[in-house]
Amino acid sequence: MAKIKLSERKLQELKEVCKSFNNDKGELINVLHKAQSIFGYLPAELQEVIAKELNVSVAHVYGVVTFYSFFTMTPKGQHPISICLGTACYVRGAEKVLEEFRRVLKIQVGETTADGKFSLSCLRCVGACGLAPVVLVGEKVYGRVSPDGVKDIVAEYNN
Amino acid sequence: MEMVKLTIDGKPVEVENDTTILKAAKTIGIDIPTLCYFQLKDMNIENRPGGCRICVVEVVGRRNLAPACSTNVAKDMVVNTHSIRVLNARRTVLELILSDHPAECLTCAKSGYCELQTMAQQLGVRELPFQGAQSTYRKDTSPAIIRDVDKCIMCRRCEMMCNDVQTVGALSAVNRGFMAVVAPAFEMNLEKSPCTYCGQCVSVCPTGALTEVDHSRNVINSLADPTKTVVVQTAPAVRAALGEEFGLAPGTLVTGKMVAALRRLGFNYVFDTDFAADLTIMEEGSELLDRLTRYLKGDQSVKLPILTSCCPGWVNFFEHNFPDLMDVPSTAKSPQQMFGPIAKEYFGKKLGIERKNMIVVSIMPCLAKKYECQRDEFKVNGDPDVNFSLSTRELAHLIKLANIDFNSLPDEDFDNPLGASTGAAAIFANTGGVIEAACRTAYELYTGKKLEKVEFDELRGLESIRHATLDFNGLPINIGIAHGLGNARKLLEDVRAGKSQFHAIEIMACPGGCIGGGGQPFHHGDSEIIKQRAAAIYREDAGKPIRKSHENPFIIELYKEFLGKPLGEKSHHLLHTHYFDKSAGTFVDE
Repeated sequence: MAKIKLSERKLQELKEVCKSFNNDKGELINVLHKAQSIFGYLPAELQEVIAKELNVSVAHVYGVVTFYSFFTMTPKGQHPISICLGTACYVRGAEKVLEEFRRVLKIQVGETTADGKFSLSCLRCVGACGLAPVVLVGEKVYGRVSPDGVKDIVAEYNN
Repeated sequence: MEMVKLTIDGKPVEVENDTTILKAAKTIGIDIPTLCYFQLKDMNIENRPGGCRICVVEVVGRRNLAPACSTNVAKDMVVNTHSIRVLNARRTVLELILSDHPAECLTCAKSGYCELQTMAQQLGVRELPFQGAQSTYRKDTSPAIIRDVDKCIMCRRCEMMCNDVQTVGALSAVNRGFMAVVAPAFEMNLEKSPCTYCGQCVSVCPTGALTEVDHSRNVINSLADPTKTVVVQTAPAVRAALGEEFGLAPGTLVTGKMVAALRRLGFNYVFDTDFAADLTIMEEGSELLDRLTRYLKGDQSVKLPILTSCCPGWVNFFEHNFPDLMDVPSTAKSPQQMFGPIAKEYFGKKLGIERKNMIVVSIMPCLAKKYECQRDEFKVNGDPDVNFSLSTRELAHLIKLANIDFNSLPDEDFDNPLGASTGAAAIFANTGGVIEAACRTAYELYTGKKLEKVEFDELRGLESIRHATLDFNGLPINIGIAHGLGNARKLLEDVRAGKSQFHAIEIMACPGGCIGGGGQPFHHGDSEIIKQRAAAIYREDAGKPIRKSHENPFIIELYKEFLGKPLGEKSHHLLHTHYFDKSAGTFVDE
């Protein structure tokens, strides 16, 4: 596992997050949530800092990070792509759309492209079932996506 | 507490209302099978995740089956622990657990001692109906402990020991569902974690997922090598537990038979770590007196309390967690590591045996000793002072392997000179024993008076943290004792905060002390076994003609002939050590 270099400023920010939860070990999940929203992911070094600040073992922090699928230890891409696999999207062919994204980007779900541009994940229902199947790129929603349209979506961000 | 009446398997029972069905059943002789559940009574150790569901029972009027370990009794409850529905469910649960467990019983290190195997036998599982994927993981070998977590059944006993009892935090449940397993952070090797090798995880693991690194083969090879003189030392706690492996009642002292067995195994000299324990008292006791007198004279540079340093699990613990207090523990090596250089540099030289031709083997109740004897500072030009450390369990295996009928052996005596010991050394095995032994010697050296009653009852017992004030001829000496690393942490935090009132503190990593060590025969959660071992150790002490370390004639001779005086130059070189800061995060490669 390569050591990432946490800048002093970021480190301070992380400690502030812990402090805002009174360095309470019972708030571990909230701290992780906040930390991931700041850093985009939860690398090992970050978990070590949190463990120290909350006075829990690193193994425990890692246990929580790996238990919840929301938490990730791999950095998200610049444009995180999420495919909805909720019931409505699924029956309208979301799986084929996902298949096409995997083929075009050459990555699996949970991975990030080598250039760091795209990452792929699945989610369950964004509440836009009328637009099924739905794809999110960052915060932008694409509706009624067909496998044929995948290339165009990717191209939009590839310039 | 309110009492409630209920019926279990047709028998009436009355218990306090916060009792679980499992415990209520036990009071009337009904033993509901369990797997993840674990308890060491009187030591505040309990694992009750309700995870395995082996203990399910039928509660009349309740829709689903109830886990007996985590369901409290209620008024007029009617419980069936072996109805057809229960038996079927229990067997299915076990079959599902077995479906993700390698069927390697024939070659598994835990075979014959495995609780999962016993359960399969007890529930009459004769086939494995569920065939499917098995979760597989990388095998992880550290200097003392092997993790083969393909065999993990997620009972989480080890996690409870490592975190709740020992507060080491090396292990945690990670991932979820099918991939869930107990592992160090980032699934790194145990060696890179803050693991202290106390071995308590191994002690409680129901299966072969956590076992010790077995050095028996190395010892057999050494014994077969005619160019080697093989010397063995046995720790005090071993003689109080080894008999259990041969069907003897817990607490049976087998000192003489153990010596006889070791001789028949082919060891050239059967010596005793107890001798080195007496030596430890000479050094550690002198250090205590030295620090104390200087402190009383107002020397500001003296650190008190002094902490014992016999326990390698404890040494690892403070190196990881309290590196800022590294000048507080005694610099005296542990008895195992004092024995090594005395055997090789004194006894060997006296007999004209070259260092390279002498192999020192230790029999220990401990797994951390395996790591300790591999530490670089305990080697001379790469040759370890102690070559191999075997656990009590490994010795039992070795005896069986050599076709020795242990129970019919005669009692034999240790060889001299490194086999002679006092009662003070014997009690090193029990929590409170090291400090009691030290006080017997320190009292006489400090006051110049004879100690009329050698037993310090106030230092004995199984309470997790104990303290007592001893009267050294008008000078009150405050003693603290902790066993279990979680309890040690509490005392250490007081020292760190400058709040500690103690002059001396004894710490042992394992619950009960070495008698409850990670290398001892499995107690399977029966704390009565640990108590019986402790009682046996005190009997061993009481039966010794000499009970104070400084009166051991061979120790006196050793100082006269070789060492000079305690804390002298030779002692400093051979019998004292230094510690290392291991607190830096070691998970992530630089």
